[in-house]
Amino acid sequence: MTVAGASLLATPHPPAPERPRRPRTGYLLLLPGVLWLVLFFLVPTVALVASSLYDPAGSLFEGYQMTWHVQNYADAIAEYAPIFGRSLLYAAIATGACVLLGYPLAYAIAFKAGRWRNLMLIAVVAPFFTSFLVRTLSWKLLLGDNGFVADTLRTLHLLSPDGYLLATPLAVITGLTYNFLPFMVLPLYASLSKVDPQLIEAGSDLYASPITTFRRVTFPLSLPGLVAGTLLTFIPASGDFINSELLGNPRTRMIGNEIQDLFAAGALPVAASLSVTLMALIVLMVLVYVRRVGTEDLV
Amino acid sequence: MTSVRGVRRWVGNHLVLGAALLVLLYMITPVLVVILMSFNDPAGRLGYDFDGFTLDNWANPCGPYQLCSSLVTSVEIGVLATVLATALGTLMAFAMIRHRFTGRSAANVFVFLPMASPEIVLGSSLLALFVNAGFAGQLGFWTIFVAHVMFCLSFVVVTVKARLHGLDPALEQAAMDLYANPWQTFWRVSFPLVFPGILAAALLSFSLSFDDFIITNLNAGQTVTFPMFVWGAAQRGVPMQVNVVGTVMFLVALGLVLASGTFRRRQPG
Repeated sequence: MTVAGASLLATPHPPAPERPRRPRTGYLLLLPGVLWLVLFFLVPTVALVASSLYDPAGSLFEGYQMTWHVQNYADAIAEYAPIFGRSLLYAAIATGACVLLGYPLAYAIAFKAGRWRNLMLIAVVAPFFTSFLVRTLSWKLLLGDNGFVADTLRTLHLLSPDGYLLATPLAVITGLTYNFLPFMVLPLYASLSKVDPQLIEAGSDLYASPITTFRRVTFPLSLPGLVAGTLLTFIPASGDFINSELLGNPRTRMIGNEIQDLFAAGALPVAASLSVTLMALIVLMVLVYVRRVGTEDLV
Repeated sequence: MTSVRGVRRWVGNHLVLGAALLVLLYMITPVLVVILMSFNDPAGRLGYDFDGFTLDNWANPCGPYQLCSSLVTSVEIGVLATVLATALGTLMAFAMIRHRFTGRSAANVFVFLPMASPEIVLGSSLLALFVNAGFAGQLGFWTIFVAHVMFCLSFVVVTVKARLHGLDPALEQAAMDLYANPWQTFWRVSFPLVFPGILAAALLSFSLSFDDFIITNLNAGQTVTFPMFVWGAAQRGVPMQVNVVGTVMFLVALGLVLASGTFRRRQPG
């Protein structure tokens, strides 16, 4: 997101006491927005689930028959299971890379940046200032066969002379990591900036090594940000198809590519069943993850 | 002992800072490439190398077919969607922070859900709705608008809510005690105080709308937005003018952020 995202995540105010008001005004204020979300978020979700049970024989313009064709799911999973696996794997690796890159950055901004803090925060959100697609295309350039990165790695003998980077899983994961990194850094920074430096000092006063202090004090306090960050990275990354299309090859296709192409080809029921399956997998993984980490106050 | 610890601390401090700067470099490099390539004079049609310096792309940004018309479409949709999403979202944020009613936390979760769904799922749900409603033939400007308002709304609510959270309700109560009616209280007290949050929400909303590809692409019909133009061009060879647009977007956004920073510092409190 933008700087707005940073400030909203960093606002630590407790709810103030207020006088009770008539609930009717509250409902009236809420109504138009909720109505919009019901019509264009909730109803579409129902329409998606319904569409996933249509008879696949039909077309976008002539319509489909509702036949409770559960077989769509069996077909979709049988045919696309490896691609689901690949999507979730790429998204998980990218999320892990975002943690490894994002944590030191968020930590440095929170504790070491001093007067450079605002400048560094702007640099974190700056990539958002220009188009997602244009930025991803510039990775195509950077990773290209004669590009800067490949040349450097060849000079360092880290890449064989006929080796390449573009159109590999590595390129796709690099792109995913790059595109979703700010979503990791901002919530982590929001959590870390709330950590009282006196707690860290107390750790060292009590003869804990910096590593122990980090492990026992700082890190646990940053968990809410870490959980929010991993979700904000993993969820969009698992459905993304821009990176795999622009930086990958036919063997790096992710589930987003398939859903997009099936819709473009007019195969609504199969595409819908893939979408529903993706959503179900994500909800399942998020529930397990959040329960494991044990953070409930996400919203 | 002290000096060893001092050295270790110095290394520790600068190790993290150094790593952070490397990560920032990773984040900013593609933007620098975009700026550089806006001055590229490509030798072939596929401009994937910097072949020579030229100002032609800047002199003739609308050269490539559909580039500027797609930009106009994106700006139109962005402005309209931002106005509606900001209005609806601000009302919702006020309801959630300033009013107590049954179902408030359910509403909170409901507003959060679109932000937690992958775009491909949001986009395909909307398409499923439009197809079922017999709208498959009318996909275009207005279906994109509807979609953009939907996904911007949640972000507006969260942003304005954060600002409202930080405001003391006593200010509004004081206005009421001084016989201002709710309407006057809102326009004279609440709105000016929350305005920075609303402005941030509107900017966020515009940039989300302007940059969206996945949801838009599924619900666009024949309409072409700027990201869709770039996508289409990526299959054939990207005209360098795309980088000019990218650079201008970057500079405008950077200017707005720096300006709002100065503006915020000048405000009392």
